[in-house]
Amino acid sequence: MTTQTINISPITRIEGHASIAIQLDDTGNVADSKVHFQSIRGFEKFVEGKPAEELPRIVNRICGICPWQHHLAANKAVDRCFGATPPPAGRKLRELLQTVAHAEDKLLHFFFLAASDFVIGPDADYAVRNVIGVARQNPELAQKVVKMRYKAKMILEKFAGKSIHPIAGVTGGFSKAMTEADRAWMLADMRELLDFALFTIEFAKNEVFPKYLDTIKTLGVINTGFIGTVAGDGALALYDGNLRLMRPDGTAFDFDPQDYTDYIGEHVPSWSYGKFPYAKSWEEGFSLDLDNPKGIYRSNTLARINVADKMATPRAQAELDEFRELFGRPAQATLLYHYARLIEEVYACEHAIELLEDPEITDPNVRAPVEPKAGRGVGCLEAPRGTLIHDYSTDENGLVTRANMIVGTTHNLGPINMSVNQAARTLIKDGQVDEGILNKVEMSVRAYDP
Amino acid sequence: MPAKIASDWLNACSGCEIAIVDMGERLLKVLELVDFVHIPVLMDHKYYGQTGAGDHLDIPEADVGILSGGIRNEEHLEVAREMRQKCKAIIALGTCATHGGIPSLVNSYANEDMLARYYGTESTDPVDAYPSEGVPPLLDGCYALDEKIDVDIYLPGCPPHPDQVFNALTAFLEGRMPELPGKSVCDACPTNREGKGRIKQLRRFLQAPQYGSPDEPLDKMRCLLEQGILCMGPVTRAGCGGDKMVPRCISARVPCRGCYGPVRHDGNQRLDMLNALASNGIDISSLPETTSMLRFSGAHHLLRPGRKTKGGN
Repeated sequence: MTTQTINISPITRIEGHASIAIQLDDTGNVADSKVHFQSIRGFEKFVEGKPAEELPRIVNRICGICPWQHHLAANKAVDRCFGATPPPAGRKLRELLQTVAHAEDKLLHFFFLAASDFVIGPDADYAVRNVIGVARQNPELAQKVVKMRYKAKMILEKFAGKSIHPIAGVTGGFSKAMTEADRAWMLADMRELLDFALFTIEFAKNEVFPKYLDTIKTLGVINTGFIGTVAGDGALALYDGNLRLMRPDGTAFDFDPQDYTDYIGEHVPSWSYGKFPYAKSWEEGFSLDLDNPKGIYRSNTLARINVADKMATPRAQAELDEFRELFGRPAQATLLYHYARLIEEVYACEHAIELLEDPEITDPNVRAPVEPKAGRGVGCLEAPRGTLIHDYSTDENGLVTRANMIVGTTHNLGPINMSVNQAARTLIKDGQVDEGILNKVEMSVRAYDP
Repeated sequence: MPAKIASDWLNACSGCEIAIVDMGERLLKVLELVDFVHIPVLMDHKYYGQTGAGDHLDIPEADVGILSGGIRNEEHLEVAREMRQKCKAIIALGTCATHGGIPSLVNSYANEDMLARYYGTESTDPVDAYPSEGVPPLLDGCYALDEKIDVDIYLPGCPPHPDQVFNALTAFLEGRMPELPGKSVCDACPTNREGKGRIKQLRRFLQAPQYGSPDEPLDKMRCLLEQGILCMGPVTRAGCGGDKMVPRCISARVPCRGCYGPVRHDGNQRLDMLNALASNGIDISSLPETTSMLRFSGAHHLLRPGRKTKGGN
C-alpha cells in the first residue's frame, strides 16, 4: 500500500528536465520510484519537409551542451542521403572539432555540475553545495577550471565561428580550411588542456574518489549491458566506427550503425515523455526489474570504457589499465561514470593533438560539392552522453521525408530509473528522509550526466 | 547588498545557460556581485521544498528573473508565472524565450501529429496510449514568453553572445537598461557588397561560396546573398558577433539563418525576407520552401498547423 510520495522536482545540476517520485509504503520503506523525463519537442516531426542540408543547423538545438555532436551526426546522415564523401581534411576537421567539444564538455560536467557533491559534500546546505560554493572554497582551483574550460570552448569558437549551435560542418565536408597559423595556436592550447586533463584525473584519484570509495561501490549500482563505438582494432572511438553492444556478462557483438533498428528497440513508458531504448537483439524483452533486468544496456563514458578493448592513445591507455585493475571489465558501479569521464578527457586531449599534428588536416580541399537526391542515411557518433543516432530519408529534391533520432542520454533513461530505485531503496528506511539522502539519490542520476 | 537572481529554463536546450558560463573569467566577477537564489542547472533549490513536502511550486523572491526557452507545457507556464510574480524584472534570454526559437517549428503541426511521429518511429515499440503519468500536459503549441507573461528585457540569440549577456547583466546591476543594437546582421557584416547583383535565382548551400585562399579576410569575400546563396542577414537582428560585431556564421563563411530573430521585435522574418528578395528581382520560387525562414521565430502565431505553403508546412 502506498502512503506517501516524495517528489524531487526538479532534478538539479543536470542538463535536462526531469523529476523523481518515490513512493513509500505504510512502513516508510520504498515501494516504487519513477523518474519522469518531462521534455518533448518533436524534432522528428518538424524537420520534415526541410532541405536536408539545413538539418545540421536545426537539430543542433536538441542540446546546447553537445550541439557539435548533433551537428556532425546530422552531417554524416545527410552525406549518406546525398551520396557525398567529404575530402580527408574535411572529415578530419569535423573529427577534431567533435573531439575538442568532448574535452570541453567533460570539464564542464565534472567541475561545474558534479564536483560539489564530492568537494563540498553530499549532505551540505544546498546554498553552498554548488559550483559557486566550490569557487568560494577553492578560488585558485576555480580560476584555473574556468580558464581552462573557456580555453577549450574558445578553440571551437575562434576556429569554427560559433561554438554553441555550430554551423561549420556542411554537407560534403567542412566550411573552412585550417591554416598553419590556426594549427599552431590550437596545438599550443590543446597541449595546455592535456596537462590540465592529467592534473584533473590525478586530483580526482588522489583527493576525491578515495574519500567516497564506499559510496562509489554502493550508490545506484545496477547490473546492465553497455553500448559504445569502437574502431576496427577495438579501440574506443568517438567519431566513427562500429557499435559494440555488450551483455552484462561482458560478451559483445559489433554491428554497423546503419543497421541499428535490428538491434535497438524503444519502449514507451507511461510515466516519461522520453522513450527507453533496449537491446531488441537480445530477444528477452524489456524490464527495469533490479534483480532481473531485461534488455537494459547503458551508454556514455562508463559504457564506452567498458566496451573498448583499449584506448588509442598512451596516457589514456595507462589510465584504463589502472581502472581495469581496480574495477574489472565491465565495471558496473554507477559513480564510476565520473572516473571514466576523466579517462576519456585525457583521450580526447591526446587525440585532438594527434589530429592537429596530421599533415593532411591543413589541406585546403575541405568540401565536396553535392547534389540533393533521394536517399537514406544513418549518422552515428559518440556524444558525451552516449551513442547518438540520426536517421533521415530524403525525396528526390533532397527534402526530408522522415527522421528518427536516438540521442545519447535516451539510452540511459531506463538505467537511470533503475539506479534511482536502487539508491532510494538502500537509503530510505523506516520513513527516515532528509535533504542529504535525497541529494544522494540525485547523485545516482548525476553520474549519468543526463 | 548583492542583487538576487533567479533563473530557470523552459522549452530550452541549455545553450543559453552555457552562453552564461562562456563569459569565462567574467563569470567569476559577476558571481561576486550577485546571489543566485534559484538556478536548476547549477544549484539544488527545489520547487516543492528541499524534501518535496510543499504543495505548490515556489521560487524565492529576486531582483531579476532570467528565463530561457519558450512555453510548451503546463509546468513551463506555472514556472513562468511564478517567476513573474517573484521577480522585479524578467529577462527573456535567447530566441526561444523571445520568439519561440527552433522548437517553435513544431507550431506547423498539431500535437497529435507530433506525438504520432515521435511515438511511431521505426525503432519504437507500438503503443496504445502516450505517456501521461507524472509528465506535464502539453499546451497546443510553443509560445514565446511575452505571449504568456510580461517581459521587461529581451536578449535574443541562439544562443545570445556571452558579451551581450555580460553587458546586460552589468547594465542591470548598475541600474541601467541594457541596450541592444537595433540594426540588421548585414549592418555588422564585413563582406563586400557590390550593389544589386544580376542573380535571379537562389541556390541552396550545397557548394562553398567563392573566396580566395583560406586566410583571405572576410571583407574580400563577396556578400553571400549577392553570390546567390540565401542569407537571412537583411531581416535578422545584429549582435551575434558580440563586442567584435562580425557575424559568427559569416566568420565561418556560412550564411546567416536568422538566429537573433527579426530586427524589430514584432517583425516577420519570412515576410520581410520574401519582400526583400522580390524587390531585388529574385525569383522566390527558386527556394525549396520558406517555413525555414521562420525557424527561429515561429511563435506569436506566425507558424500554424494547416497553413500549407510550398515544401510543406
